[in-house]
Order: sequence, then structure tokens, then C-alpha cells
Amino acid sequence: MPPLPSMPPPAAAKPAVNAIGLGKTDYKGLESTLCNGCGHDAISASIIEACYEYGIQPEKLIKLSGIGCSSKSPAYFLNRSHAFNTLHGRMPSVATGALMANHLVNAVAVSGDGDTGSIGLSQFKNVVRRNVEMVYIIENNGVYGLTKGQFSATADLGQELKHQPRPNEMPPIDLCLEAIISDCGFVARSFAGDPKQVRMLIKAAFAHRGTAILDIISPCVTFNNKDDSSKSYAWGRSHGEVVNDFTFVLPREQITVDYKEGETREVTMHDGGSIMLQKLDSGKHDPTDRAAAIRLLEDARLKQRFVTGLIYLDQSRPSLAEVERLGDVPLSLLPEAKTRPARATLDKLMASMK
Amino acid sequence: MSTVEHEVAQTPTERAAVVNDFTIMVGTKNGSGSQTANATILRALFKMGLPVSGKNLFPSNIQGLPTWYSVRVSADGWIARRDSAELTIAMNQTTAVEDLARLAPGGAFLYPDDTKMALSRTDVIYYPMPVKKLSQAADVDPKLKSYIANMVYVGVLSWLLTIDLADIESALAWQFRNKTKAVATNMAVVNAAYEWAGLNLKKTDPYRVERLPESKTEGMIMVDGNMAAALGSVYGGVTFVAWYPITPATSLADGLNEYLPRLRTDAETGKPTYAIVQSEDELAALGMVLGAGWAGARAMTSTSGPGISLMAEFSGLGYFAEIPAVIWDVTRMGPSTGLPTRVSQGDLLKLYFLGHGDTKQVVLMPGDVYECFEFGWKSFDIAERLQTPVFVASDLDIGMNQWMSKPFDYPDMPLDRGKVLNAADLERLGGFARYKDVDGDGIGYRTLPGTDHPLAAYFARGTGHNEKASYSERPDDWVRNLERLDRKHETARKICPQPVVDEVEGAEIGIIGYGSATPAIDEARAILAKKGVKTSFLRPRALPLAESVNEFVARHKRVYVVELSQHAQLCDLVRLEMPEMAAKVLPLNLCDGLPLTARWVSESLLAREH
Repeated sequence: MPPLPSMPPPAAAKPAVNAIGLGKTDYKGLESTLCNGCGHDAISASIIEACYEYGIQPEKLIKLSGIGCSSKSPAYFLNRSHAFNTLHGRMPSVATGALMANHLVNAVAVSGDGDTGSIGLSQFKNVVRRNVEMVYIIENNGVYGLTKGQFSATADLGQELKHQPRPNEMPPIDLCLEAIISDCGFVARSFAGDPKQVRMLIKAAFAHRGTAILDIISPCVTFNNKDDSSKSYAWGRSHGEVVNDFTFVLPREQITVDYKEGETREVTMHDGGSIMLQKLDSGKHDPTDRAAAIRLLEDARLKQRFVTGLIYLDQSRPSLAEVERLGDVPLSLLPEAKTRPARATLDKLMASMK
Repeated sequence: MSTVEHEVAQTPTERAAVVNDFTIMVGTKNGSGSQTANATILRALFKMGLPVSGKNLFPSNIQGLPTWYSVRVSADGWIARRDSAELTIAMNQTTAVEDLARLAPGGAFLYPDDTKMALSRTDVIYYPMPVKKLSQAADVDPKLKSYIANMVYVGVLSWLLTIDLADIESALAWQFRNKTKAVATNMAVVNAAYEWAGLNLKKTDPYRVERLPESKTEGMIMVDGNMAAALGSVYGGVTFVAWYPITPATSLADGLNEYLPRLRTDAETGKPTYAIVQSEDELAALGMVLGAGWAGARAMTSTSGPGISLMAEFSGLGYFAEIPAVIWDVTRMGPSTGLPTRVSQGDLLKLYFLGHGDTKQVVLMPGDVYECFEFGWKSFDIAERLQTPVFVASDLDIGMNQWMSKPFDYPDMPLDRGKVLNAADLERLGGFARYKDVDGDGIGYRTLPGTDHPLAAYFARGTGHNEKASYSERPDDWVRNLERLDRKHETARKICPQPVVDEVEGAEIGIIGYGSATPAIDEARAILAKKGVKTSFLRPRALPLAESVNEFVARHKRVYVVELSQHAQLCDLVRLEMPEMAAKVLPLNLCDGLPLTARWVSESLLAREH
């Protein structure tokens, strides 16, 4: 059983500084103003852990969010990173522009189920389609918190909420399924109450060159944490079903990790790191099989299973930065000599318009 | 019906020649390929040294609906639309009767000889053209015969007006980008029609062109405003473009797609120094532009009214989070879907106040294609200097029609990247407060994401914030922030392009107008001057309005604000800015989907004066 989200990971086991010489405090954020016990805070803690362990330089990362409880959370991690708290449902477009201007920074985007699944569904699908390189975390609790408890697009059919006059009459949108059919190359589902898995997935997502979608069930303790809600802690703990075990190995760790042949399958990521998948012949899900991934989610929907893990992995599609053939210098830093054509070119053009 | 019959019946009494001063109206069907023919006539006249202007009056349709193209020749250099034509080429059977009815008395009516219509007027001259016969004889792919048929009227018109065929050929070469075969096949039809006209027509109308002793177009270029805007942006160092297709702004993005690869591919690396993304909607387009502007790109989008509406929420965010962006509004006629292919100046107030809450944006107002180029590059300097979205209010008339212009001048100043702190600055300063008014101009200092310094980061947001960009709901923080933004607006008033003023000694009447209303105002003032009515003219080129607008209004007894807007939006704004003088600021507005004419401006003004 996964530990409670409020339990901090054991600190003593970690060195005081990471591979780039930063301590964990270099990754901290402001104190959270979310409700006590909110799943989002557990995810923020996991983001901090993952960035620390991956050795990401905070100044070389941007944080993006939309509007909502989840979208407040970038204030609660990585103070040393630039952040943009954008508009409701429109974070993907802002992220796209920012990552075109500077494709050499990492990006962590935080959104919610209303932000992504309701108002922002079009931008979500289109950013995935464009394959903008970013870690896109959906803190999914099935409910609007800041406006006091309305159903979101991922709320369960027939679910009852305290402030809603009628049970939910619409079926939920499965954001992982939406991501896969939009050709997303990295799709995972997890649970805020399983920080180890969340952390591992975030690290692997950093290694993916493209949009990585992490749909993380993140209980809302105030509005949607009844035991029979599929977005509650109790449900996550009792129904959570890990579909595959994997370890993400950083490039620099490659030489130190020794896996026994035949027990794991290695998928090399773009950054040189690897995803070591547990052997799949024990009925575990193969994330490199698209049809199997769709079947898994469809089966989970029909049987109300809560499957977690790496659902789909396909590294073949180029990222938007690759499609746009961006060079070694970010567009934002190109000098005038590169961005204003010489006077002679204008003279020539003018002659051609006579 | 033979030519001779008509001539016998309708030859008017001998009239004095009308040289270099008339309008040709071509009525065709949308998608029939007449654009090449019309552009060829326009450019040939231009190459002969004659001032010309061409206007495409087209429907919202891909193929089949009526469309008109007018070519005005004016030795005096007037380029506004005229509401009558002296020569009509009626290529569209559907509108031929209507086209005939609208022809000026004594005008020439050219029509395909198989047109089924009653030649009902006796005060015009008829010239049938064997369009089918000559185009069938053309040596082209049968699929192209209906397109090349338009070259028949080019040939007949050239004979009638004495347009030099060498100029037609050189215009065709320009049109087909020197593709020899295309030029030759089209020219063959022109020649055949010219020859046929010489043998079969008798010219009895008075209209013709003459090469002037001194060319009035020497050294000038001809281009549309959207292409000019695209080129200006390229020379302004645009690095990111997001856009969504919409008439009449699409050709601006087309221009960027054409010129950026040609002019902005890094010679050393072979890589583009820009990125263009076609977004899923205009809302996402501005989201991308703001994301890119925040991260340090020179980012732009181009759209029209409906897209501007979708951009409203992001515009407010850009204003409040203080992010540079350039947004072209090639204005078309609203409300709603309105008349997507017709011109209007009806977005002005919306642009100025775009956003919710107390938002006031910066708007540039180019008056011609030259300024489309100039504001194309300058808008980025202004946006980055002010750290705010800058709108450029062009319109369909400027944007999509061909205009003569002096050649565009290369930018006369280096890029102004505004107040950006790098890692070394931060080290020296020991940090910064993003929204602090250090210099008293309302503009703070910013850092770009990726800046390698532990103190570089700040939190951009649309929520309330203090000087350090931290979330704040404190009333004093809020008030301080908005007051600073107002100070920044005053800075904008000073640094944006200032009005162009032509003040006439002793004039009691002032005229204010902008953008595509300018050519009609210029010509109307000449008409009024001939009638002894002196007028001064001020053309604002940006919002907020410059202080000199107040002074101009103060110096005149009555000020007419001429614009293409049902609600006289600029007039309202002028009155709002100077309430003590509002009573003498008078609207002279029209909203019929067409570019203004000098006749309407002069007659309406006189009517108001009497």
C-alpha cells in the first residue's frame, strides 16, 4: 500500500547535494496555500524530488500553469525557476510559444482536470499533437475547487457532490486515452498517494523528447474525497493497480546499475537515460504497444479499474522544436545580425517591386 | 450584333479626349482568373509612369459569385476609390445589366460578344469582344482556356486606351515571375485581341492614356499592405509567428511564410532564425505569442475582428503581466461575421480597450503600405520598450489592395530590446523587482527565462501582484500597480509614432482621419480648396492619441473626424480625450463596406457646413 502523501520521503538516504551541486532547498518553493492534505502538495513535493534527483538546474526550467487549484502549485516548488501562471485552459499555447522562443529550457506544466479536460481540451489535444517538449502534469481530482465543488469533465458518471443539485449526468473524459489518440509519445497515470511512482514517472518524462502527459489522481480533501469517488484517497489506495514496474536510470547512472539479463527490457530515452521495464511475460502491460495501451484503458473504464504506471511510450515522433529545425541558440537570444537581414536584401526586394 | 451597328446608332458627338484620368471597372466571377489580367493592366499603367490604384471588391466566396476590380488612373496622383467608372468590362453575364446601368454617361462598355443582354442605354459606347473565339484559338491546356480568356480584354483595352504592349508584356513577366512560357501564351492572346480590335473596332470614346513627359511612378514600388507588413516584420527581427487563417489577414501570414525562409535562414547553420506555427484558433495564437514574448522572442500574430474577439482575455493578460507582443488587426466589416471581404475601421475602440477590467492598449495606425512596412518593424521596438501588447490597426483596403509607394526605407535604428537584465546585471545589482518603476516611465525591468542567475526568476501572472511579482491582494499594491500602468500609457503617448499634420493658414475647419480613409481625405481637401474651403488635416498614427491632437483641435473652430465606422469610434475617442472641446468635434462617418470616396467626404463635409 502506498504511503500517505503527507509522509515525507526518507531524507537521510540522500546525499546533501545532487549531481550539479545543489541541495534540496535550492528546489523549494513558497509555502502552499492549498488545503491541508491536498493531493497537489504531494505532487509538488514529488516534482521537487524528481528535479533534485535528475539534477535539473532550476534556472534552466520554466514552470507553467493555467488557472485553478492545481495551477497555483507552481508557486510551491522551484522558486529559482521562471514561472507563468496563465489563463484558464490556455497554458498549452503559452508553453508552446515559450518553448519556441527558448527550446533549450526544461518545462514543467501543471494543470487540472477542469483546466485541461473542460475549458482547455482543444489546447491540450493540440499541444500533444504538436509534441511540444514538456512535462505536462494533470492534477486530476474530478472537481472544481476554487469555485467550490462543481463537476469537471473527469468526474464519475452518477457521482454525487455536496454542492451539486443532481448526480453527474455525463461520462468522464479519460485524459490518457485522449493523449494517446492524439499521438502523445509518453502517457502515464499515477496517484498522488504513491510519491515513489510519481517521482519515477516525472524523471522519465524529463528524458522524453516531446509532450509527456502525466494524469495524476490527486484527491481534493475538501470537495471530492468520499470513499466511493474514484478521485479519493481511499479509492486510490484500495483500487490502485500498478500495471508495470519500471525504473528510470539517468545517463550518468548507467554504469553503476546492474540488471540481470532476461529480467528487464531497456528502452533508451533521448537524453541517454533508460527506462528499465520489468519483464513483461508476467502479464504486465507493455507500454510500447499502442493497441495494448488503448485496450488497457478501455478495459479499466469498463471494469472501473484504477490502473497506474507507464501506459504508453513512443519516442519516434519529432518534437515541435525538431520539426521547426531550431538551432543551437534559442530564438530569443539570436543577435540582431541574425534577425535583421542586411540592407542590400531590402534594396533588391524594392527593385523587384517596381 | 455587329460593332458597326452600335457605332452607327450610338456614336456620341465628338468629345475632347480624356487623358490619364478615368476609372476602369471590371466585372467578373470570383475564381475565374481575372486577377492576373487586372493586375497586369494596373502594373502596365504603373510602368508607363501613370499613378494608379487598384481595388478588388470581392465576395466571401471561392468561386462563382460576382466580383469587381477597379483601376483608377489619375495623372494628378489621386488614389482614392471613385464611385463611378468611365470604362466597364462586363465579363460576368450575371451582373452585366447592373454594370451597364452604373457606367458613367458617355462611358465605354466592353463585353463578350456572346453576352445575352439588352444594350439598353444610348448614352454609352459599346465594344463587343470575341472572347470565346480568341481564347479558343489560344495555344494552352484546354483547362486554362477560361482563365486565359481574360487576356482578351487586356488586349482590347490596350488598343482602346493606347497602352503600350511592351508595358503589358513587362507587367505579365512581373506577374508570372518571368516564367517565359506563361508570359508568352498570355501575351499571344493579348496580341491577338489587340490586333483584332485594330481591325474591327472603331474608337469613339474619349479615354486614353499617354506616357507623361516625366514619369510620376519612377522609382516607386507597388505592393499590398499585408505583404508590406510581413516584410516590415521580417526586418524588425520577428522570431516567432503564430496565426490562424482569416480573411483579410491571411495574406500577411502568407507573406511571412514567403519571405522568412528567403531572408531569415542562417547562412552559417542553414537553420531558420524564426518559427511559424499555425495555431488551432486565434485564442491559442495570442497565447503562443505571449508565451514567446515572455521568453524573449519578438513574437507576432495577424488576424481580423473575430480573431481579435477571441484574443480579448489574453490581451488583458498581456497588458497586466506586461508582455511584449505584436498583433495585426487587418480590419474587416462587423458586427459578427459581418462582411468578411469588405473594409471597415470598426475595431478601433475594441482594440484600445481590449481586455476585461481597466485595460488600455497601445494601437498603431498605419496610413499606407509604406507605414505598414515601417510599423512592421517599429512595433517590435515599441512592444519590447513598453513591455506590452502592441496592436496594429490596418484594414482590408490597405492590406489586400495594391498601392503605389516610395520604396521602403531600411530601419534607421538598431533593434530596441527594451529593459532586459542579464546574469551580469543581476550580479551587479544584487537582484531586481520586476514591477518596480525605477526610471519613472512606468516600465519595470524584466529577465528572460533561462537566465543563468539564482535571482533571475520571477512569477508572471494575471493575478494581483506587488513590485516583486509576488501574489498580492493588498489594496495599496493594487493601486500602485495600476497607477504605474497608467504612467506607462503616458510614456506610450510620447514614444509612439506622432500624428502627421498638414495645417493650412487661415483654415477654420480641421479634419482628423486615419488609415485607409487618408486618400479620400487628401483628395477631398483639394476639391474643397478649389471651392474656397480651407481645411487642415491631422492623421493620428497611434493610440493613445498624441498631445498634439488636443492642440490641433484647439486651433480649429470645427473638427470633422472622417472614418469608416457606424458609431464614429475615433470621433468618440477624441471627444473622450478632450471633453472640454467635445462639442466642436464632429463625426463624418460612413459604414457601407467600401473604401471612402473623395466625393462623399467633400460633399458630406459641405453639407454639414451649410
